[in-house]
Amino acid sequence: MSTPTISKVKPTQPWKRTPKQQLLIAVNLVGAAVISFVVVFATAMKGKLAYLAIFFISVIVINFVENYIKRGMAAAKDSIATSFATAGLIVAVVPIFSILFTIFDRGRAGLNFNLFVQDMKSNGPNDPLGQGGLLHALIGSGIMVGIALLISLPIGILTAIYLTEIKGIYSRPIKFLVQAMSGVPSIVAGLFILSAIVFPITKSSSGFMGGLALAILMIPTIARTSEEVLLLIPNDLREAGVALGGTQWRTISLIVVPAAKSGLITATILGLARVAGETAPLILVSGGGDSVNPNPFHAPMGSLPFYIWKGFTYGTTESIARSWAGIFVLLSIIFLLFIAARTLSGSGDKK
Amino acid sequence: METKATPSSLSDVANANKARKQPGSGALGVGLEARGIHAWFGDKLVLRDISLDFWSGTVTALIGPSGCGKSTFIRTLNRMHEFIPGAAMAGEVLLNGQDIYEQGTDVTKIRLKVGMVFQKPNPFPSMTIADNVLAGLKLAQLKSENKDDLLEECLERAGLWNEVKDRLSAYGGSLSGGQQQRLCIARSLAVRPEVLLMDEPCSALDPGSTLKIEETIQHLSSSMTIIIVTHNMQQAARVSDYTGFFLSDGGPGELVEVGPTSEIFSRPKDIRTENYVTGRFG
Repeated sequence: MSTPTISKVKPTQPWKRTPKQQLLIAVNLVGAAVISFVVVFATAMKGKLAYLAIFFISVIVINFVENYIKRGMAAAKDSIATSFATAGLIVAVVPIFSILFTIFDRGRAGLNFNLFVQDMKSNGPNDPLGQGGLLHALIGSGIMVGIALLISLPIGILTAIYLTEIKGIYSRPIKFLVQAMSGVPSIVAGLFILSAIVFPITKSSSGFMGGLALAILMIPTIARTSEEVLLLIPNDLREAGVALGGTQWRTISLIVVPAAKSGLITATILGLARVAGETAPLILVSGGGDSVNPNPFHAPMGSLPFYIWKGFTYGTTESIARSWAGIFVLLSIIFLLFIAARTLSGSGDKK
Repeated sequence: METKATPSSLSDVANANKARKQPGSGALGVGLEARGIHAWFGDKLVLRDISLDFWSGTVTALIGPSGCGKSTFIRTLNRMHEFIPGAAMAGEVLLNGQDIYEQGTDVTKIRLKVGMVFQKPNPFPSMTIADNVLAGLKLAQLKSENKDDLLEECLERAGLWNEVKDRLSAYGGSLSGGQQQRLCIARSLAVRPEVLLMDEPCSALDPGSTLKIEETIQHLSSSMTIIIVTHNMQQAARVSDYTGFFLSDGGPGELVEVGPTSEIFSRPKDIRTENYVTGRFG
């Protein structure tokens, strides 16, 4: 027994702002802008910051008054809280976009094709931007981060398994140490490798030493993130695995770790992103070359952070432009790693 | 489905079941014996002196109010009790005459013989339906000559084959709650246990799925010993041959009475059992 009027009902969202209300908001904002211009013009205050501050104060006051007249004191206070939260967001986000814009703007000049196919062995700091490149730094960073990954991935994940699955008597001190280690300044990791291995044993810097220093920084990141991921796996699954006649190790390796796979991949990528930009330890232990050096055990090895640092220390217009291009490349890589981490952890949630 | 039943209807259900099996009928004998089981969590005694025999090829229901130690008790029967930190126990559990707590016993072998289905369906999320069923073989490193046959047999016995045979490579999590629980039953059947423990297997399920699982239990009971913890007395009356009533008066849980299900629901010996099964408390 359907009524014909049913088909005429249109979906509405009565809780949404009406065009009239939207217009009022626009009028408020324009009013605040006008006030800020008038105040800056009429008083001694000058500069962009003055405009922003007056504009912000005006918006708060206008909203407050409007809400007080229409809906009373509680709504007026609510509008102040909303205004401050929005302002906090803007204060946090504007510098980030400003940094990204600056890097893109300054790095643009040095970006060209030969950046990715040439090294700097036959080019000096005064050569024009069309010559030379950062291939040696890209390869060096790749090799050293790769070495760090090979060392810290098994150690980090096994540490997390010890903390969450085996829960041995050393769990508490190890947990404390891992947390403390994730706060170790990166130059300390470099100094440790320098004084424990480079000076007494190898007596020369190499890519492998750089990889070791980065691994020291990467292990706590991977261990802590993996621990949190493993803690999210419900205990039911462990019990089910053990109740089916599995040993603890087989239950961990066949059920717990596969169930946490996407989270563990995210943990690894976050670890990579953490160390890819480390500069201080690499300056100490891997040195930096100007030519491609694919051998991590012999001779200094360049890296992106080192390339950037070196360019700025030369101080010529060209070398500084090269550094900005290097920053752009490094940041793009880290950005891609974060996107990969987000995508992988997101696809894990859907299942 | 009724949640509260009159005593007569419960005993009717139980009586209808009575003809099915008699204690010790056939050559099956006593499969699992619990002797003087005590259990502790930390310093707290939660179970006192439980002795119960489970005949092979029968279904035993354990009933009683929440917190009376039923689940703790069945977890001592396949050594899952020790999985909880701070747990302790005393007593013997004899499986075919052998104490499963004897020094030097391989605990993984015990859990292969005494399988378990949990309260909440817990299929392995990283595995397909087929892999879930066969997970026990991998976990316990068992060989199977024909995995396809075993897969079909286990899903058939769990009453799930017809619903999933066309999507064996889908993930276990894509099934409904009731199907997931039957998948978990199929998973525990794949390692061919002699005893199956079920810890409130239907408490998270709708009545339709509950009915299917009860049918599955009826099918399985001809070939194995089943012990089921349940809060649903209708269910206990429908599926079980024997019923044990657990109770705790604030202290540790104790076994008040055990007997053929029809007698527990029609002529219980203990007044506390009568009060519970007639719905006067609990």
